[in-house]
Amino acid sequence: MTFADLLEETYLSLSANKSRSGLTILGIVIGIASVITMVSVGQGTTAEIEGQIQSLGSNLLIVSPGSQKSYGSMVRSSSSSTTLTLADSEAIKNEISNLKYVASVISARKQVVYKGNNTNTNIYGINSDYQLIKSLSVSLGNFFTTTQIEGVSKVAVLGPTVSETLFGENADPVGSKIKIDGMEFTIIGVTESKGTSSGMNNADDIIYIPIAVAKHYFTGNNSVSNINIEVISAKYMDKAEEDVQALLLTRHKIENVDSADFSITNQAEVMETMSSVSGTLTLLLGAIAGISLIVGGIGIMNMMLTTVTERTREIGLRKSLGARSNDISNQFLLESISLTFLGGIIGIILGILASFLVNKLGGTTTVVTLSSILLAFFVSAGIGIAFGYYPAKRASNLNPIEALRYE
Amino acid sequence: MISCKDIIKTYKTGDTETNVLKGVSFEIKKGEFVAIIGPSGSGKSTLMHILGALDKPTSGEYILNGKNMLDLSDNELAAIRSERIGFVFQSFNLLSRATVLRNVMLPLIYDNDVKKEERRKLAEKSLLSAGLDKDRWHHLSSQLSGGQMQRVAIARALVNNPDLILADEPTGNLDSKTGDIVLETFQKLNKEYGHTIVLITHERYVAEHADRIIELKDGIIVNDNTSKSLLKNK
Repeated sequence: MTFADLLEETYLSLSANKSRSGLTILGIVIGIASVITMVSVGQGTTAEIEGQIQSLGSNLLIVSPGSQKSYGSMVRSSSSSTTLTLADSEAIKNEISNLKYVASVISARKQVVYKGNNTNTNIYGINSDYQLIKSLSVSLGNFFTTTQIEGVSKVAVLGPTVSETLFGENADPVGSKIKIDGMEFTIIGVTESKGTSSGMNNADDIIYIPIAVAKHYFTGNNSVSNINIEVISAKYMDKAEEDVQALLLTRHKIENVDSADFSITNQAEVMETMSSVSGTLTLLLGAIAGISLIVGGIGIMNMMLTTVTERTREIGLRKSLGARSNDISNQFLLESISLTFLGGIIGIILGILASFLVNKLGGTTTVVTLSSILLAFFVSAGIGIAFGYYPAKRASNLNPIEALRYE
Repeated sequence: MISCKDIIKTYKTGDTETNVLKGVSFEIKKGEFVAIIGPSGSGKSTLMHILGALDKPTSGEYILNGKNMLDLSDNELAAIRSERIGFVFQSFNLLSRATVLRNVMLPLIYDNDVKKEERRKLAEKSLLSAGLDKDRWHHLSSQLSGGQMQRVAIARALVNNPDLILADEPTGNLDSKTGDIVLETFQKLNKEYGHTIVLITHERYVAEHADRIIELKDGIIVNDNTSKSLLKNK
């Protein structure tokens, strides 16, 4: 029996029972489509998280004050720690190689008032390196000039969220004066939106002021909230982290790393952790969808078993005409593989369509990768073989005499 | 061409053994038209299954065209059925959703010696031998009358040019008039084309159309005679 004959026989018997074949295929279609959609949601989330971490700046080390050894004890919040100073920042900048930018930040949460409106938001005292590390750009007005950064002029650049809260949508606040903690600041610009990242670190819900101003009016000492360091390239990240740690330990006269009064966050490590979390999420979503695929496979097996029973006489006839057991099992196996194959292709198309719709209408980023398509495809073919094997074996093992007598 | 020596077939059901064939011996020459007759339970169906290589005897010797059928594997038996034997069944056993031509070509897809291009030619040839009108060839087999269906089945049995055609109660599902036409078809195939035919039936009338009648009862041959029809013709 040639493969062409086998295909022809398969086509004839599947088309002979169109509605049943169609319903069986539907089971696989739903399974494959949901696997592709779910995995695309998972991978989309991964990509989104990675993008957000990336948008904080690349090759970033963040030095924060406070103990890093904090298991079981309260972490001292960075704003209340004063162990990190502007002098530390200067020392890092001057003594450690392979660093691109070093930006100290003094941050504080303050009440901000403009006429009747007021909001409580993050005030960031920054230097010019900070703008470069975070690649901040303005949509309205200008960013700080070097003179403004170094001087003590009370100017501010608003994040878009703050601007909207105080001045309303699409207003141009440049030139207006706001009161931060009772002191009057002139607005010189509004930053471009960084995209909506929620929570405390919303990059749009911020007011930037020159660091010298923040130091002068809000803290009154040399302490900084954190130091952002951008390393020249990813391969120097670990080396730079070690160097910074060693330098600060020496400066703070601490011998034991465990009792350090600062902590260093490596962006690459954070990224790794987040990736593994979202990888688990993808796996979980895929597994849930995979269950529906297995249910679809059982549907195939169910149909094939019914078919074998219904066509017992036909099997007996074929055997009496000279079909070998292999010819019979191949025929039934190919029928189930064809069903899953067809279901797989339709499912992939539907899955891509569904993840596109989720992206457009659901607001969740979805990413369909070639690997998830290939996976779905081979899984569906595998299901055809796995769930078709038993019915096919059963058909081929039928005794021709009894099969011919079957009513 | 067919030689059966002391064929015994025993079925075991639990502890009880049933002897269906208790030592059957006969020979059939090439070109003979033989009827095997017997009441139900006589073992004629079992004998047909053994002759048709669907079943193996418990003991004894069955030689078909020089080939000893004992000790053959399932696949070898399938090859014998594919190349040397044509079956005609009481209930036709056609694929109802396939056309007449496709039904007749069906045995050829299991015979790798026949090329795809030849199949149609062979099918048309055997449909002509079986006497089915050309305008029916592209009908679905479910659209045919009983007599027409049986002639399609006969054409299917002929298509691989077998050594032996085995017909199991071929007129059992037909009225007597259509049955006669089918029996005449067998006679024609035997006389004009020289096919060896073994016809299994429980009806004396049907058996009389053959040249020789082997009568089975309780698993042994009780009579092996030249039939009346041949005597009449002589």
